[in-house]
Amino acid sequence: MIKVSYFARLRELTGKSDETIEQQAMTVSELLEWAETTYPGFGKEPVHVAVNEEYALKEDVIQSGDVCAFIPPVSGG
Amino acid sequence: MKPFEIVETPIKTEKYTDYVLHAGAGAVTVFTGHVREWTHGVRTLYLAYEAYVPMAEKKLAQIGAEMEEKWPGVKVAIAHRIGEMHISDIAVIIAVSSPHRKAAYEANEYAIERIKEIVPIWKKEVWEDGEEWIGGQKKYPEKGIEQK
Repeated sequence: MIKVSYFARLRELTGKSDETIEQQAMTVSELLEWAETTYPGFGKEPVHVAVNEEYALKEDVIQSGDVCAFIPPVSGG
Repeated sequence: MKPFEIVETPIKTEKYTDYVLHAGAGAVTVFTGHVREWTHGVRTLYLAYEAYVPMAEKKLAQIGAEMEEKWPGVKVAIAHRIGEMHISDIAVIIAVSSPHRKAAYEANEYAIERIKEIVPIWKKEVWEDGEEWIGGQKKYPEKGIEQK
């Protein structure tokens, strides 16, 4: 089970702040593909993934119990 | 206060300048970022910021550590406010002290540039006739977003 969080445009697109995915392991790429399939338009802008509060690479493997967040383009400051 | 924090209430600048000031500091630079009314000819009514708070605070602290490594002797405090903000409100404050002024200026500018690159905070501009989440990061970098 993998927990994912949504922020900003992605929170509005999905209509939720977080949810859990019933998977034991998947790569960051697979997670992004799952999101695009589930929520068309998800990746219209580049979306990064944070795993356990650190930016992850596309080939990194997410394990059950990890906490993930989709990070759309940031705009602090 | 924490030296690297996300807050939901108005930012009081003195807290952060007091935090960085010490007997060895010969210079303190303070940057405050404010809500601007006009952007490219479009009038902003207010801004709504949100953050992935625990990660954002970690990334602010990471930026502070990068600054201390690049400019030894600086002391840093950074706060970013989230929620609804109106014209001229302070959205972000960066306070830097150093023994001499050059490092304090340079390190301060470095901090705001890094905030705009790596800290998970999002700004929505709300206008009279619409709204939009702002942001423009590049495509997924092969070596990750952290690379400078």
